[in-house]
Amino acid sequence: MKRTLLDRLLAARAAHEPVALVTDLSMGQHALVYRETAAGDFGLVDEDLAAVRAMLSADETGLLRPELFVQANNPPLRLILVGAVHIAQALVPLALSTGYQVTIIDPRGSFATAERFPGVTLLTDWPDEAMAAVQPDHRTAVVTLTHDPKLDDPALAAAVASPAFYIGALGSRGTHAKRLARLAEEGVGEAALQRIHGPVGLNIGAKTQSEIAVSILAEIVAVRRGTRP
Amino acid sequence: MSFDHDDVLAIAAGWLDQGHKVAIATVVTTWGSSPRPAGSRLAVDATGRIVGSVSGGCIEGAVVRRALEVIADGEPCTMEFGIADEDAWAVGLACGGRVSLFVEAITP
Repeated sequence: MKRTLLDRLLAARAAHEPVALVTDLSMGQHALVYRETAAGDFGLVDEDLAAVRAMLSADETGLLRPELFVQANNPPLRLILVGAVHIAQALVPLALSTGYQVTIIDPRGSFATAERFPGVTLLTDWPDEAMAAVQPDHRTAVVTLTHDPKLDDPALAAAVASPAFYIGALGSRGTHAKRLARLAEEGVGEAALQRIHGPVGLNIGAKTQSEIAVSILAEIVAVRRGTRP
Repeated sequence: MSFDHDDVLAIAAGWLDQGHKVAIATVVTTWGSSPRPAGSRLAVDATGRIVGSVSGGCIEGAVVRRALEVIADGEPCTMEFGIADEDAWAVGLACGGRVSLFVEAITP
């Protein structure tokens, strides 16, 4: 592999830009296939480019043909939780073991402590500032858990303005209706409001904190894998 | 695959910046119970430093030796390991899996 190509690959990773590294195993040559463009030692025909981009999008690494090896490089899956609450404590280990990097936003410092949340990035800024810092991308899920409009609403407003693939808000049907009305008053459009899953989680009859965590993560997986809108 | 937390390629680039020659071994295909998925990487520099892994440790020694040869002659190659061959137990995968690798040098 040429050093210049390695540097381009590392630059894409640093920029959280999805890119497939395509290796012709018989020639020992490489190409980089981005979502819109491509570069490298050799060109690919349109049909192969489309197949490589499909693998990139599905985060698949493997052989496209016996001599053509495709490695998908995607930004990490991330879960942003607003509220360092009890349900978060149940949700964090499930999300970590499913491959998500977890960030918790909660300006109430006594909630967001490293003792309660090992292995997690804790941000104690206000949600609007914290969301601007974490910059949710298309591999990010955002879930609000506080029930407190002061904390949940600005986070949701930022989430619907981002390409986050999943946005969920804890709260009953009634709470959610009031929340949507408040956000609409703030100027959030109907299509953006439709992106918020509320009440959050798949309906599996969850009662305990852990069961609610399972239902939330199950819905995130279902949306990511395309079996739920 | 998402970016490794411990990014093998970034560390390899650091070795190159220090003036060392580097080879990368990448898992291309796996069968059975191979412990590391396709896309797993191991980087080796000419001084014998290694980072990353391509198995549970069973074949790393043989891969590193081959990678040092690739650094020396610059020719990429493929390697296969598995228990299909009885002799492979010597440097093979006791887990019962099979794995193929691509080994290449980073060139200027």
